[in-house]
Amino acid sequence: MKLRSLTLTWSLAITLAAVLVPFYWLVIAATHSSQEIFRTPPPLLPGGHLLDNLNSLQENAGFGRVVLNSLGIATVYTLLAGTICTLAGYGFAKFRFRGREPLFGLLMLGLVIPAQVTLVPLFRLMAELQWLDTYQAVLLPNLALPFGIFLMRQSMAAVPDELLDSGRVDGCGELRLFLRVALPPMRPALAALAIFLFLFQWNEFIWPLIVLRSESSLTIPVALASLQGVDDTDYGAILAGTAIAALPMAALFLALQRHFVSGLLAGAVKE
Amino acid sequence: MTRRSIPYLFVLPAVLLFAAFKLYPILASFRLSLYKQSGGVETFAGLDNYARLLDDSLFWTALGNSAVILVVQVPLMLALATGLAVAFNSTLLKGRSLFRLGFFLPMITGLVAYGIIFSVLLNQQYGLVNWLVGSDIPWLTDPLLAKVSLGLALTWHYTGYNAVILLARLQTIPTELYDAAAVDGAGAWRAFRHVTLPGLRPALLLTTVLSTIGTLQLFDEPYVLTGGGPDNATLTIGMYLYQNAFKYFDFGYASAIAYALALLIGALGLLQFKVLGGKS
Repeated sequence: MKLRSLTLTWSLAITLAAVLVPFYWLVIAATHSSQEIFRTPPPLLPGGHLLDNLNSLQENAGFGRVVLNSLGIATVYTLLAGTICTLAGYGFAKFRFRGREPLFGLLMLGLVIPAQVTLVPLFRLMAELQWLDTYQAVLLPNLALPFGIFLMRQSMAAVPDELLDSGRVDGCGELRLFLRVALPPMRPALAALAIFLFLFQWNEFIWPLIVLRSESSLTIPVALASLQGVDDTDYGAILAGTAIAALPMAALFLALQRHFVSGLLAGAVKE
Repeated sequence: MTRRSIPYLFVLPAVLLFAAFKLYPILASFRLSLYKQSGGVETFAGLDNYARLLDDSLFWTALGNSAVILVVQVPLMLALATGLAVAFNSTLLKGRSLFRLGFFLPMITGLVAYGIIFSVLLNQQYGLVNWLVGSDIPWLTDPLLAKVSLGLALTWHYTGYNAVILLARLQTIPTELYDAAAVDGAGAWRAFRHVTLPGLRPALLLTTVLSTIGTLQLFDEPYVLTGGGPDNATLTIGMYLYQNAFKYFDFGYASAIAYALALLIGALGLLQFKVLGGKS
């Protein structure tokens, strides 16, 4: 038993180490110049080029602004989409009303219809509204995120009806009930939703790629992809940018993971 | 405000936004797929765009590439994920939560970010991978190997995520079932086949359907990792749609591709429900 336990743990530890190599290597590469990254043998320890790489990012892509764009868009998105998904999840979970099932089914259509189907008409809509290259063009289309609504409906189902009803008997208004009775015990689910929404928007690529144009409005993934496209790509700089895109999210995730995985999966495999 | 209107007020923002930015585009896309654009003029074309699809060898190449990933990479990844989930669930494993977390980490890395990381790691002349194996394997420039690389990147990214979904289901299988199997003299393998696998079925269905949808829509990874090359070996339907819409501005044709894609996803999803769904 002891031997089998050791074998299993060690073989999984070695696999995990291999899986984490790209993260380690990203940290290393971000601190080296392009020439150093591509020398033989490749660098395996941190170098002294991080500041040069960041300067190059700032000069060639206005990266400070790009990071602020990403932070701002993801934060505003998380707040708005979080509110909309939570309200809808509560409505669908805690009220019986005409058209509830068809409406919910319609929203869940968004889970199965590929996003690509909507790209062209959405692009034309944004062009007509003259919203190309604006933040609202990035934000609006995904605010009513079907997965978020689904997640919140699953979680809100746990709020006891008796609690809400006794509040109603006491003459408590519906909005107050929602804010004071339903929401407080939902903290873990809300945390999971917030992390999910933030990550989704932080990493989102194809839609911002389509609607954002000017260098000063780009988000991190779009800016990185455009840097990679040019001849004589500065890989030291790109990888430093990639580290900025990936590592804070990894840290955030590790800090909040307690809520995330369990909260996210609470509703995933029920049927 | 009447009592009866209250629930509608809660769901109204979501429904309105959905109608404007999802439902309307879904319907408009179908209409567009029946039109041709030339010189800013739209003319009704019936099913011409769809007929053109059938004759378009690039479309079939893209479809074939997606099919290869679907048939080879997805089953391998789900088998790996099942193995991981069983290991995560085993009392023999020390530091379980640490492992669960570590294997989930790739999932939160953005698609562009990991595409860039892999493209440099797999660089033929200078990449870390070729230095480790002491060779100069053309990971991204040989048509077959480019598919392998794309598959590797996808597996790296999504296996831990699928393992966590499977694990959640695994934890709901009653331990009495395993005790009963042990009483009947079943070894580890037979217990896995007759208790674990049937118990996992709903979660396997979910992960299969999610992976199928993801594979058919694949865009970010090939865009960054291989640009669809070499020689269209990693061109996916998602990429081909993007090229037609936003490089050639052929919106009608791109919409026809989108609808073909949606139909395919719907058909495969139904098939998977029939085969894997069972009674539930």
